[in-house]
Amino acid sequence: MGDPLFVDGIDTAVVLIVLLKVIVVFVFLLVAVMLMVWFERKVISDMQSRIGPNRAGPWGILQTLADGTKLFFKEDLLPELADRRVFRLAPFLSILPAFASFAIVPIGGTISIAGHKTFLQLADPPIGVLFLLAMSSIAVYGVMLAGWSSGSKYPLLGSVRASAQMVSYEAAMALAVAAAVLSAGSLSTHDIVAAQDSLFRWNIFSLGVVPFVVFLIAATAEANRPPFDLVEAEQELVGGFHTEYSSIRFALFFLAEFMNTVTISAMVVTLFLGGPNGPAISFLPSLWPIVWFFLKLLVFLFIYVWLRATLPRFRYDQLMDLGWKKLIPASLFWLLLVAALRIGRLEGWNLGFVLGGGVAVGALGWWALSAALTLGQMDDADLSPAALGEVSLGEVSLGEVSREDVNR
Amino acid sequence: MAMLGPVAHGLLLAASTSTSKVDIAVFAASAAIVLSGALGVVLSRNPVHAALMLVMTLFGIAVMFVAQDAHFLAAVQVIVYAGAIVVLFLFVIMLLGVDREDAQAAEDLPGQRPIAIGLGIVALAELIILGGTANWATGNLATAGQAGGPGTNIEKLARSIFTRYLLPFEITSALLVIAVVGAVVLARRVPHEETQGQ
Repeated sequence: MGDPLFVDGIDTAVVLIVLLKVIVVFVFLLVAVMLMVWFERKVISDMQSRIGPNRAGPWGILQTLADGTKLFFKEDLLPELADRRVFRLAPFLSILPAFASFAIVPIGGTISIAGHKTFLQLADPPIGVLFLLAMSSIAVYGVMLAGWSSGSKYPLLGSVRASAQMVSYEAAMALAVAAAVLSAGSLSTHDIVAAQDSLFRWNIFSLGVVPFVVFLIAATAEANRPPFDLVEAEQELVGGFHTEYSSIRFALFFLAEFMNTVTISAMVVTLFLGGPNGPAISFLPSLWPIVWFFLKLLVFLFIYVWLRATLPRFRYDQLMDLGWKKLIPASLFWLLLVAALRIGRLEGWNLGFVLGGGVAVGALGWWALSAALTLGQMDDADLSPAALGEVSLGEVSLGEVSREDVNR
Repeated sequence: MAMLGPVAHGLLLAASTSTSKVDIAVFAASAAIVLSGALGVVLSRNPVHAALMLVMTLFGIAVMFVAQDAHFLAAVQVIVYAGAIVVLFLFVIMLLGVDREDAQAAEDLPGQRPIAIGLGIVALAELIILGGTANWATGNLATAGQAGGPGTNIEKLARSIFTRYLLPFEITSALLVIAVVGAVVLARRVPHEETQGQ
């Protein structure tokens, strides 16, 4: 239970190992963001038949460094109408959860340093993946307060969108995570990885792909990545929540966004693709898990870039429909089905019967949900002519216009 | 690394010489956070600042839960209260545009301050008395079992929620569902104005 580092009490070496891990994770995230920005620009350029950054360093790999240096030396503007304290606080509220949530990602097996065995992950708290959920629910504050405190209308619209979007998708994400937790019987990320010790026990296969897909979509929405980047939709909101930010504060938002991409890719790998698990090779046995982890991570980083280059942005009503009417019911149904199958296996019930019953109940639930949704839409269509008789035509058309505005 | 040695040793001394001192330090720090946050909620003129102060209070309480080994409670505190409820508060504050400091009228209820102070003192007295005599009903300070023993805190919590306290748990969740349905019904007045659900 827990990291073996702390079993023999805490001495100087243990404290140093923890400090070393913190520094390694910190530096890794910063370097990863630098490379990720370059990778994203380069891959999107390839997909659009452009060359992309090619000046700074070989293949333009130092472009991010140059941009970062430039941002450092730019003037830091504070808008006249801004709420000063909150405006200054918001970038840090954005970057902090992005750093912290990587702490629970296992990037390798167990190694020993100076006679102490330790997991290759910064922390293995008993709450495990709940820490990820807590951090992602804190992350909304950075975006929301940045938009509000700017004292300007486009950032405010961005932040109102952000708060609704991130709260909506958190439920679907949590239900998908719950399926992975159920199959491992533990919240700890180390145990979740340990439970996926062979290819067919990876959660993506053993749970069916539904929780994996739901998690991938919901995490994308949580991180405000395209196609869910309504929060900063350039065509509609100038720059969204960070319109008024410049210089290093803007750089912090940028850093947080890319760091979140790295972190959610790492969490997908951890929860559904066995984390560092892979073929064991006798040469340098503690190195290969790290290699497997980073290979898997790279696949997902590429997928996120690919999504950005391919998919158009969602409309706000589509976003809410997808979250509330599709992802949450789908992941809830799947979680209950997985739970029923697990209980059935433990109790020795006929699994075919459990599966059939589960699907029947699910179909019933789906029918009830779609009936309720149709009824809700029918209310609008059928009852508004009735209301039309009572109020004047002008008011109704005004109502229609404002409704479309809200939808948009 | 050689330079970090003395620093680490100092940290170590602070951490291991006496755990009770660390406990007291953690309690003092989190209590300071909780209390200053609570005062901030009451004293801020700006509703958004007050909501942020509330988040600070909730975090201080989460730290106290962690210090008591109630990790699950701490996580839920952050996820549910800080991550959802206060976000909704802020959402409503922003949507309604009451985030101007001058939007607050003078005293709406005359004489509310003395009444509030009086009720606050009564509530504090109740808390202190109940805290001292909370075991009068059951005879035990904790009824869910020993804090120590095998298994993690979360496993024990899950076991007692889903076995011994299953019925209260289900009743509570039914109550919450009823509250949600009630809120939806109340908010849904005229059909063609129903756009909040999106």
